[in-house]
Amino acid sequence: MKLKLINIIKSEYNSSNTNLKIGIFLFLIIFLIGIFAPFLTSYDPLYQDYNSLLLPPSFDHFFGTDNYGRDVFTRTIYATRLDLKIGFYTTYIPLIYGVMIGAYSGYYGGFIDTIMMRLTDTAMAFPFLILIIFILSILGPGIHNIYISIFLVAWTMYARLIRAEMLVEKDKDYIVAAQVLGYGSNRIIFKHAMPNIITSCIIFSMFDFVLNILLVSGLSFLGLGVQPPQPEWGAMVAEGRDFILDAWWIATLPGMFIVITGFALCLIGDGLSERFGKRNQYTVSV
Amino acid sequence: MKYFYYLSSRILSILPVIFGVTLVSFFLIHLIPGDPVRIMLHGRATDEVVKQIYHELGWDKHLIRQYLDFLFNAIRGDFGKSYIQKAPVSDLIFERLSPSIFLLIYASILSIIISLPLSYLSSIKVGSYVDHFIRSFGLIGFAMPPFWIGILLILIFGLYLNIFPVGGYGVGFFEHLYFLFLPSLTIALFLSPMLTQSLRASILDNLSSDYVEVAKSKGLTNKNIIIFHVLKNSLIPVITILAVNLSWLISGAVIIEYVFSIPGLGSLLIRAISYRDYPVIQGLCITFSAMVVIVNLLADLCYMLINPRVLK
Repeated sequence: MKLKLINIIKSEYNSSNTNLKIGIFLFLIIFLIGIFAPFLTSYDPLYQDYNSLLLPPSFDHFFGTDNYGRDVFTRTIYATRLDLKIGFYTTYIPLIYGVMIGAYSGYYGGFIDTIMMRLTDTAMAFPFLILIIFILSILGPGIHNIYISIFLVAWTMYARLIRAEMLVEKDKDYIVAAQVLGYGSNRIIFKHAMPNIITSCIIFSMFDFVLNILLVSGLSFLGLGVQPPQPEWGAMVAEGRDFILDAWWIATLPGMFIVITGFALCLIGDGLSERFGKRNQYTVSV
Repeated sequence: MKYFYYLSSRILSILPVIFGVTLVSFFLIHLIPGDPVRIMLHGRATDEVVKQIYHELGWDKHLIRQYLDFLFNAIRGDFGKSYIQKAPVSDLIFERLSPSIFLLIYASILSIIISLPLSYLSSIKVGSYVDHFIRSFGLIGFAMPPFWIGILLILIFGLYLNIFPVGGYGVGFFEHLYFLFLPSLTIALFLSPMLTQSLRASILDNLSSDYVEVAKSKGLTNKNIIIFHVLKNSLIPVITILAVNLSWLISGAVIIEYVFSIPGLGSLLIRAISYRDYPVIQGLCITFSAMVVIVNLLADLCYMLINPRVLK
């Protein structure tokens, strides 16, 4: 069998487990809903219709309308785009340089390693949300500042994780053999060691994706993140909180989307950890 | 002597962390674009007032001198004065400490109560439908935003069924228990999935050890072995798991305090941010991270006392 992409996907599909399949399926649905949002609804997420305030869910408005007469379903599916984008950036950009810092620091050791580890110790001594809130209080609320503050902090977990793996890996025979052959350390780190140690980071990144979506929606809920009238899940829950007695649908239904997305990503992470033969990792505790 | 070495090495290892925490908390404040005092006073201040506040805060001195002052004051528990709430920061923090700690302990106990039977059920029948069901329940619990669970619980138990109050703290121990039930349950719901998984792994780990073989050869049933022998040993890691996740727990608690309007540190933080009350934010950051560091240290010590094998 030739090693074509279609064949690789086929064999991956055959060897993957149920969790992975269900997770990817659910995630694809959410993803496609986000992409095709304009085709799924005829309303505008920002259009305020004062003739239809606080209408309960019906066939015209699947999730009802909010206090400005905006269609909650439309806002929720438009928010999918923003939330997935934020979750993706805040997870995978820190992953790239976190992994690089951790790999170098674990491979070389020494003085740089000590400083790096003290830095990560300090960053991890702060509760994550508190540190982000602290940085946001200085930079001011808003989505760009959330990116900056998360980029400043989130790499520490990946650096920790990959460093711990690297410490175990670098004494193994194949690394020593590569060193004896005279390969450069960049080649050893990225071509030889990385494929073996990156899996735990990839598994963790799935759970981190969920945590980041929860974090950003939590920040928006507190009013520090995405600013109204821009639709975002957490901000929508916060807006609905004031009308919880009259209109339960504004606060509760957008939250369902967070749960489904998070559940899908958790299933993927769980399936991947089974696929890679690793024990599940919810959090880093190295 | 071994205990002493372990203890001192642990304490020495947290010193750089505490140093780093104060360093970060101090210097980040100085990165504020513009004039922090003017931002703090929302621009309604004359030049003399601003100058006087600068002098009172000691911000007209050299930066390193300021940091040393800050460090020594912080060691004495003095985090400066809040110009918005007109009170020393340490007083503000201290009077709101007890609801937060009550909430954290209550939530931890509730999550242990939830996850013990679940982990027991899933570990006696590994790979069964019960196990898978509990696992999926855990993943859903992990994916639920705490503020959203809080709002759902308020909606169901507070507004429709009208059993529990939807906010506040109450007076006296039993009222605290009653008022903080929903917030603690919220935190427990997102903490327990992880605790269940760790407990399950720990029980399974213990089940493959020698003393279980001995118990089996004595003719004990599986149920008895788990309840009387394995569970006791598996509970030890719970201390560590709870301590490691304390920072996560605190992050959740901040939002939950805001949702349920509990007069704790979290709501103090949210209010301080909306007023840009920088000394309070600084003090709270140090308090929270000190809590994390100290609790982790205590957990290590507890672990050492319960399980002296770590000394070797």
